Amino acid sequence: MTAIDPTAHLTAEQIEELGRELDAIRDEVIAGRGEKDAAYIRKVISAQRKLELVSRGVLLFSIFPPAWLLGTAGLSVAKIMDNMEIGHNILHGQWDWMRDPKIHSTTWEWDHVSPADQWKHSHNELHHTYTNVIGKDNDLGYGIMRVDEDQKWHPFHLGQPLWNFINACFFEYGIAAYDLELGKNLHKRRRNNPEFRARAKAVGRKIRKQVLKDYVIHPLLSGPSFLTTLAATFTANLVRNIWSHSVIMCGHFPEGVQVFERRSIKDETRGQWYLRQMMGSANISGSRAMHFMTGNLSHQIEHHLFPDLPSNRYAEVAVKVRALFEKYELEYVTGPLPKQVFSAWRKVFRLSLPNKKPEVKTPDRQQELVAA
Amino acid sequence: MTSAALRSRAWKLLEMVTTPLLPSDYLDLVSPLRAGADLRGRIEAVHPETDDAATVVIRPGRGWRGHTAGQYVRIGVDVDGVRLWRAYSLTSPTNRQDGRVTITVKAIPDGKVSNHLVRRAKPGTLIQLDQATGDFVLPQAKPVKVLYLTAGSGITPVMGMLRDTEFDDVVMVHCAPRPQDVIFRNELHDLVADKKLRLTEVHTATDGMLDIARLDELVPDWAERETWACGPAGLLDAAEEHWSKHGVQERLHTERFRPSIAVAGDGGEVTFSATGKTVDADGATPLLDIGEEAGVLMPSGCRMGICFGCVTPLRGGAVRDLRTGEITEAEPGVLIQTCVSAAAGPCDIER
Ligand code: FES
Repeated sequence: MTAIDPTAHLTAEQIEELGRELDAIRDEVIAGRGEKDAAYIRKVISAQRKLELVSRGVLLFSIFPPAWLLGTAGLSVAKIMDNMEIGHNILHGQWDWMRDPKIHSTTWEWDHVSPADQWKHSHNELHHTYTNVIGKDNDLGYGIMRVDEDQKWHPFHLGQPLWNFINACFFEYGIAAYDLELGKNLHKRRRNNPEFRARAKAVGRKIRKQVLKDYVIHPLLSGPSFLTTLAATFTANLVRNIWSHSVIMCGHFPEGVQVFERRSIKDETRGQWYLRQMMGSANISGSRAMHFMTGNLSHQIEHHLFPDLPSNRYAEVAVKVRALFEKYELEYVTGPLPKQVFSAWRKVFRLSLPNKKPEVKTPDRQQELVAA
Repeated sequence: MTSAALRSRAWKLLEMVTTPLLPSDYLDLVSPLRAGADLRGRIEAVHPETDDAATVVIRPGRGWRGHTAGQYVRIGVDVDGVRLWRAYSLTSPTNRQDGRVTITVKAIPDGKVSNHLVRRAKPGTLIQLDQATGDFVLPQAKPVKVLYLTAGSGITPVMGMLRDTEFDDVVMVHCAPRPQDVIFRNELHDLVADKKLRLTEVHTATDGMLDIARLDELVPDWAERETWACGPAGLLDAAEEHWSKHGVQERLHTERFRPSIAVAGDGGEVTFSATGKTVDADGATPLLDIGEEAGVLMPSGCRMGICFGCVTPLRGGAVRDLRTGEITEAEPGVLIQTCVSAAAGPCDIER
């Protein structure tokens, strides 16, 4: 929540009208979902699988540098596709309407150390419902960073550029820990909670399988290329992690994105919920390839408005959503990837230090802060 | 080590390589019909039979265990991107040399799957299959005299029987609106010409519905015949009554295509089948709330339709999506979001 509320000019009726207009956009896409969309996701899945197979095949000969380069690049792209356009979106239920049990939010598992069901809880449920609400949405800094002036500064935050960098490199492990709410659950009292233990065990199992595949079995199969294959998979995981971390940072961290007080979502209407998603997300502009490689999370605003619409439709939805932003005189935060990444990182650095000067607060606002 | 043990070890190793997927996910890319895969079939041809009926030739996957004449098969077809399952009688004989099977489909008004199969299905398309099932079949011991009593697409399982097993004395009474609506008409008439079948066609558009009492006149010895009847519920109900009135009900075998049709309405009785609770629900309250109020443990998350944390199988009946008004009817494999669905008539939720 920044000092000036960028939605202050809207009346309650206008906000509800906005909600209805967004509902209409949603209904139109739902009515038009069909064969083409189904063919799209099937094609993407099959392409991903083939690319991964071929890349791993090439890596069996990774002792030769060109094979290493080619295989590593292929595997990186395959892993990014798996996590972004395929995994993230299927786990959102975007393709459940096809009624194909193999491409369904209840059965899908991804190339990631966080088991799908745990991620669905923390991401789909907590993050998407409480988008950018301080204290409710842990995606806001993943519990290790300060991303808004209103959050209390602590000397621990001095290190946040470093934490963020480490998090980027080992992002999938960060997510797994985050889905487990590790920080909170490691307290003595909670550690022995059977529910937490079961979930921790599931994560352990998933990590073991993933590590075994990437760092033991596949290198062993490569025989003389053992070490180079190991290095290749490590690199592919690193590339995937840094890439997805960057894309995801661009979704809610860049300058211009709003955060909200817990109190502000009490008795929130549908229109207000939509408005919060609009003001709490940011897009990345770019080519079609760019949108594809981000799993269409470059259309983060549209994704947050309609998390269960098929990702291949966000581009057409974006045109209409953007028109609504203009109509209601709201700021549509977007920009090319380097700009957005830079903006997000700058914020991480800036907020690692205490606020420069105490913010000027309206009396009303102060009360709010006390209440929160 | 035995070869089976060796194979299972090798498979385990493969699973480690393909984690978190299964080896079959990759094998499906190249060989979806192989042995060991989920059972599928490939449509190889579609032959029109009448204006609104067609025979679909399917090559089943290697896991297909064959069928008995008169049985049906459930198939899953993607229509407009949505997988829909329907059951159709098999019309091919069981010993067809090329290993293919056929189903014969009549397009019913508003029937999504039947219209798709009759008018739009293309050779090469993969479909999902279940194994053949159903006990509308011929007995091991051949009966001396046989009567087939059919109407409309009810002829399809019987055609499977006719093509499969020859009897010395077979009579068929078949009802259809007009001559050109009789599915397999040429083939039936060929059988008649070869003296393999005695056939009575009842053209209901001109003659009116078959009055079961007329059987005495059409097939005087009907009561001595082992009878297989398939057609609309009205015909079958009348037949069952007729046969039991004459005390020969054990000679009658019937097959009903649609046992129950969900009626979409507003609210209804909701059964939570896993817990065995039944409560009344209106057409506006989410089933999630209904269940929780009844003390059923319901999974949930956002409670607003975005997290898919409440997805639950719909076992029976119909529900309405509170956001779009869209009706979803129960079918195997259909899952609903209970937080945004309300009862549209009686329904059964697996919780
Ligand atoms: S509870 Fe989140 S979709 Fe139903």
